[in-house]
Amino acid sequence: MDRFRMIFQYFQSNSESIMNGICGLLALASVKMYTCFDFSCPCLPHYNMAYGLGIMFVPPVALFLCGLILNRQSLVMLEEWRRPQGHRRKDLAVIRYMCSSITQRAMVAPVVWIIVTLLDGKCLMCAFSSSVDPEKFAGFANTSLVQVQQMLAKVPCKDDELMRNNTSRKAVSRYLRCWSQALGWSILLILIIAAFLARWLRPCFNQATLLQARHWSNYIDIEQKIFEETCCEHSRLFAHKCILHFFESMQQEIKLHSFSLPREGEGAEGKEDLLRGITDQDQVNKLLKMWYYEKPPLDVSQVAQR
Amino acid sequence: MDKFRMIFQFLQSNQESFMNGICGIMALASTQMYSAFDFNCPCLPHYNLAYGLGILLVPPFILFLLGFVLNNNISMLAEEWRRPQGQRGKDPSVLRYMFCSMAQRAMIAPAVWVSVTLLDGKCITCAFCTSVPVETLGNASHASLSQGEMKRVLARIPCKELYNGQELIASEVAVRYLRCISQALGWCFVLLMTTLAFLVRSLRPCFTQAAFLKSRYWSHYIDIERKLFDETCAEHARSFAKVCIQQFFEGMSMDLVAARCHLPRKAPADAGEAAEKLLGITDQGTMNMALKSWHRCKPPLHLHPPALPSGNGWAGEGQPPVHPPLPRREMVAHYSCV
Repeated sequence: MDRFRMIFQYFQSNSESIMNGICGLLALASVKMYTCFDFSCPCLPHYNMAYGLGIMFVPPVALFLCGLILNRQSLVMLEEWRRPQGHRRKDLAVIRYMCSSITQRAMVAPVVWIIVTLLDGKCLMCAFSSSVDPEKFAGFANTSLVQVQQMLAKVPCKDDELMRNNTSRKAVSRYLRCWSQALGWSILLILIIAAFLARWLRPCFNQATLLQARHWSNYIDIEQKIFEETCCEHSRLFAHKCILHFFESMQQEIKLHSFSLPREGEGAEGKEDLLRGITDQDQVNKLLKMWYYEKPPLDVSQVAQR
Repeated sequence: MDKFRMIFQFLQSNQESFMNGICGIMALASTQMYSAFDFNCPCLPHYNLAYGLGILLVPPFILFLLGFVLNNNISMLAEEWRRPQGQRGKDPSVLRYMFCSMAQRAMIAPAVWVSVTLLDGKCITCAFCTSVPVETLGNASHASLSQGEMKRVLARIPCKELYNGQELIASEVAVRYLRCISQALGWCFVLLMTTLAFLVRSLRPCFTQAAFLKSRYWSHYIDIERKLFDETCAEHARSFAKVCIQQFFEGMSMDLVAARCHLPRKAPADAGEAAEKLLGITDQGTMNMALKSWHRCKPPLHLHPPALPSGNGWAGEGQPPVHPPLPRREMVAHYSCV
């Protein structure tokens, strides 16, 4: 447990670390989702392309939106963007910095999905099997156009009776997978080069502005957190006073209406009476009914002055 | 647990140790990636070479750049390189040290990938199956095939289910031959890398050890200084935010008291700690106004000037007259922490 607490504390140490952690978890989740998903190509002429490209592009959009939703900073940024100017002027560089940092983190999981899809090859094979040139492959060269289209559409389905031991099917499937993997590696290479150039070249332009934007975006985040903590603490105290006041007023009402002799030792209430004068079932029931039907007003100004 | 905490703290202690950890993880990740990756030779004449060499060389390049991208020192290096001189001189040997140390760590994962690929043999088999010496290993004269046709047949050697040239050359023979060459290359590569690493480590102390110690010290210093600066800024932002919010709540409750023309509350000498913590906001209307004002009109990023505390804890001259005694005392106490 100590181990987890330490790792948790490390990631909690600032909100950037939390967001990096969420980003990594989402990327792992997208890989897991892909391996669990049972890809099943329809093997029909026009459905293949729709299915293949759909599986390749629709989950990334969902993952991107998840990445934006799970990131607390996106709400902070929106609030900062939309707030009226008031006494504090708005700095567009800070908003731009926050926006770019949020977008970069949200893009990681979709990109991981697309690359895993391409390296696996099933999606592209399903989508583009009908677009292969049949002249390249011996088994498809001498058949009519319609028949060739249907056979090509069945290439992704290994278990189809027509295609089970067809060597041309295997050749086409290898060819498509090779292209898919090459595309996957190329995209990964381009993205890594872009990330490398961005990290290398960023300090060369406007480093001072960047430091300022980063500091103030951090500040806005911290300020929002502290404001929420202050409000929480305030509301806890407010509620405490409000409820105390309610119990006291109930206690007074019960004293007024009941004719029981004052119990011995009541005068010696030196220490705080935790039962607050409510000591039997009827009184408790009355208190609970009052709490539901007539909640006390949200005003402890009299109580606070005591 | 203590042991684990110590290891964790040691790895975190500076960027170099942290990078050693990342470097090890990336090396393991590269072997895992290779075994997870489904190698799929196209078995077509020109595609084989491109695919095989691509899988051999492109992922190591990606891993090398990833090693740089994950290293926070790269932006530190670029920053140190590009900063204006100001009052602190720049030492190119420090920059060189940082760059070399980053490059050395980034080379480990690619080297692991290349070694594993060569030792496994599939890439070289796929890339060079069309260059197998048929004359020595098979029957070149058996079937009269054109060059192009022979290349097409040979290209299918890695694909057992597609291969139809058993009479030309047995696929097992060709595959064994190519794998043998690939593994020999792999072991030579491993030997070369370890010899280079050994030479770099053992010869360096013989030359320029003093300069090396200096560069290493100052590069660690720059790293630590930057971390401390970031921590100090974060600490400052936290204190700034606390005081800003405190002043906001005080300002709110003062405004409301003034607006309602209530008699100013007499400062209760023994006001409980809870009353102070309520920050002067004691009913729903006031709280709603505070929340609305927080959104509509955020306070300026400008804290009121601190009051100089005198002997009895009360603020002296120069205090803005609008603040009544109780919050003033609070303000002084608060500032003493900032």
